[in-house]
Amino acid sequence: MIPEIGHFALILALLVAVVQGVFPIAGAALNKPAWIALAKPSARLQFLLVTLAMLCLAYTFAIKDYSVLYVASNSNSKLPLHYRVAALWGGHEGSLLLWVFILNLWTLAVSFFSKALPELTRARILGVMGLISIGFLLFMLTVSNPFERLIPAAIDGRDLNPLLQDPGMVFHPPMLYMGYVGFSVAFAFAIAALLGGELDAAWARWSRPWTTLAWLFLTVGIMAGSNWAYYELGWGGWWFWDAVENASFMPWLVGTALIHSLAVTEKRGSFKAWTVLLAITAFSLSLLGTFLVRSGVLTSVHAFATDPERGLFILAFLVIVIGGSLGLFAWRATSIAKGGSFSAFSRESLLLSNNVLLVVAAASVMLGTLYPLFLDTLNLGKISVGPPYFDTVFAPLMAPAVFLMGIGPLARWKKAELPELIVRLRWAFLVSVVTAILLPLILGRWTPMVGLGLFLAFWVFFSSLQTLWGRLRLAGLPISERLRSLTRSWWGMWLAHIGIGVFILGVTIVKGFETETAVRMHPGDVAHLSGYDFTFDGVAEVQGPNYIATQGNLRVSCNQREVASLHPQKRLYTVQNMPMTEAGIAAGLWSDQYASLGESLGDGSWSVRIYHKPMVNWIWGGCLLMAAGGVLALSDKRYRIRHKRPGQQKVATV
Amino acid sequence: MKLRYKRASLIGAAIVAVALAVTLILSAFRSNIVFFYTPTQVANGEVPKDASFRIGGMVVEHSLERQPDGLTVHFVVTDTVKHIPVSYQGILPDLFKEGKGVVAQGVLDLEGRFIASNVLAKHDENYMPPEAAEALKRAKAAEATQTPGTAGSKS
Repeated sequence: MIPEIGHFALILALLVAVVQGVFPIAGAALNKPAWIALAKPSARLQFLLVTLAMLCLAYTFAIKDYSVLYVASNSNSKLPLHYRVAALWGGHEGSLLLWVFILNLWTLAVSFFSKALPELTRARILGVMGLISIGFLLFMLTVSNPFERLIPAAIDGRDLNPLLQDPGMVFHPPMLYMGYVGFSVAFAFAIAALLGGELDAAWARWSRPWTTLAWLFLTVGIMAGSNWAYYELGWGGWWFWDAVENASFMPWLVGTALIHSLAVTEKRGSFKAWTVLLAITAFSLSLLGTFLVRSGVLTSVHAFATDPERGLFILAFLVIVIGGSLGLFAWRATSIAKGGSFSAFSRESLLLSNNVLLVVAAASVMLGTLYPLFLDTLNLGKISVGPPYFDTVFAPLMAPAVFLMGIGPLARWKKAELPELIVRLRWAFLVSVVTAILLPLILGRWTPMVGLGLFLAFWVFFSSLQTLWGRLRLAGLPISERLRSLTRSWWGMWLAHIGIGVFILGVTIVKGFETETAVRMHPGDVAHLSGYDFTFDGVAEVQGPNYIATQGNLRVSCNQREVASLHPQKRLYTVQNMPMTEAGIAAGLWSDQYASLGESLGDGSWSVRIYHKPMVNWIWGGCLLMAAGGVLALSDKRYRIRHKRPGQQKVATV
Repeated sequence: MKLRYKRASLIGAAIVAVALAVTLILSAFRSNIVFFYTPTQVANGEVPKDASFRIGGMVVEHSLERQPDGLTVHFVVTDTVKHIPVSYQGILPDLFKEGKGVVAQGVLDLEGRFIASNVLAKHDENYMPPEAAEALKRAKAAEATQTPGTAGSKS
């Protein structure tokens, strides 16, 4: 009965979405206040219905109702409750429901926090989000219904893929989807502005907090995924340039460009058309990501669903959304007024260069991700494009972007003076260069990539400090006064940039100084790696809720002093009879010691892989700082006050 | 006039920069493509001599031999027509099993042995790596066309 209620709620939600998608937009065009007024109530009603469907599915998982196909294929009676609930988004159908639920969450948020918006604009925004919802609800109800019954019912479920039975599964997908789907708000704002023909500073200011919020969720989501891969896959990598990772990284790159472009549009009124294009692109890439991951076109560890019909539906949906929005853009873009002019060297031009670099980087990721699929579809052969391609392309594209990032915040709008900037940044530059040369020599290994990475990281730190110092040194006021004059959105930008530096530092040190070894270990054997001794104490059997594990015990010592013990496991999930490696990690600020068990080699000895990962946690720490910067920017008070006169701009501070 | 000149030079610089980036991307792309071959193609000598490539197929039952060092393994990959011996040093993925699909990346040595630098098996018991499935399919198709007399299938 409960699954049928959920199914019915989805059908009703589709009907409500049609009302929400059609009437407000048509009403805004035909000037019918009654139609426009439907936007808010229909958005809220749809939210309630989709939430009801979510709850029904979660309940079905919780009570182990294996007469529902999706539940039977993605969970098992032995699965602990939190994983049974997280299994809701462990497969194709459920993750679509999560997508729609999160879309409705964003829509609901827009309906509440949009009091400052003109009613017509709000109606159009909610309408566009309703249209997106129609696509996904139709998709679910036609080809991927999570409530489909299984007759006769299964005695027990096939279990959630053991790879997904991890705390990461509880956080990573919802966070990532919050980011993906969050770009639908920026998209809806852009489409609404195109429809209304009002692309102005007010539009940019309204979009900014929503875009920042989506971006910070995406940042945290990608970070959580990377961290999960690091400890789950057992080979110590944190980024594989896997197609699914790329699918989330492309919207991030374009979203980052969008945040910066929106800043220019708000402050200076320039880049309007470009900003709209970026908003459309960011959301299109999010849809493409959903398509890539959820249609099974990829030969990747994440592609669990394999069904061409679904792929065709999403492809058609993509064509309609992207084609429609670009068509609208082409039709309306001519009416967009020109923004302020700027000289060849100014904060605008620096931000534009950063935008171009980010977009080119996203395009290069897209080429490496889609080209193999493209060849395969046309039967022109099977190829794969590995990490070396992305590594080769990425560093030269991102290095200038990061370098410019140090200059941008110091440069003036409209027209900046190069000599003045050189004077102000000369010490930051010199200190970064010297550090980049000396530090690796102290650490014992200098390569061009290590040098470049360290230079960029320290360049970010020192130029940011220089920027802060410049702000605090402004004429005449006491320090406390000047500190107060810096807005939270300025601090947010500052912190996010520092986060990039921390991230680069972590990546550089890990890539340059990590060590690993694969050894055959007998109980009592000691392996040496980077000054650490790893003593193998043999293995023991451990019984988990739905698996049995062989757990290795290793003692880690440094200078005769025991510093940690590692417990890597080799698990066998009994339901699917699937082996799984669980790494043993001693995490630390300065380095991780990491071990994973290979195979039993008889006579009590095992093959063991041991890694020393210096400063690997700085990678994720940097991402968290970026996200924290986003939070700070959002808390800026200028987003909280109502703008009674949307045409008037505040004094530029960022 | 001056403004127009400035704008033209700006656009020119942007075009040069983007062209540079595209050249870089495409050359990196070309040198990092890894092609896929079936064991039959490997046996027929259709594979590159100096570049690394991928092979896919099934691991032949009872072909897995562990060398005395405990870390080097030898096994044989087949598409049911041709057998290719593979050597790999390192720890095999969780789902590596005899009789199951596998994809390996590496180079061919002078004696026709495939020296794998990377062995991939997928994270699902029932899931065959697409490359491995493709190798078996092609071998079957080749067999079918060989019976009437014409050999070879389009790769």
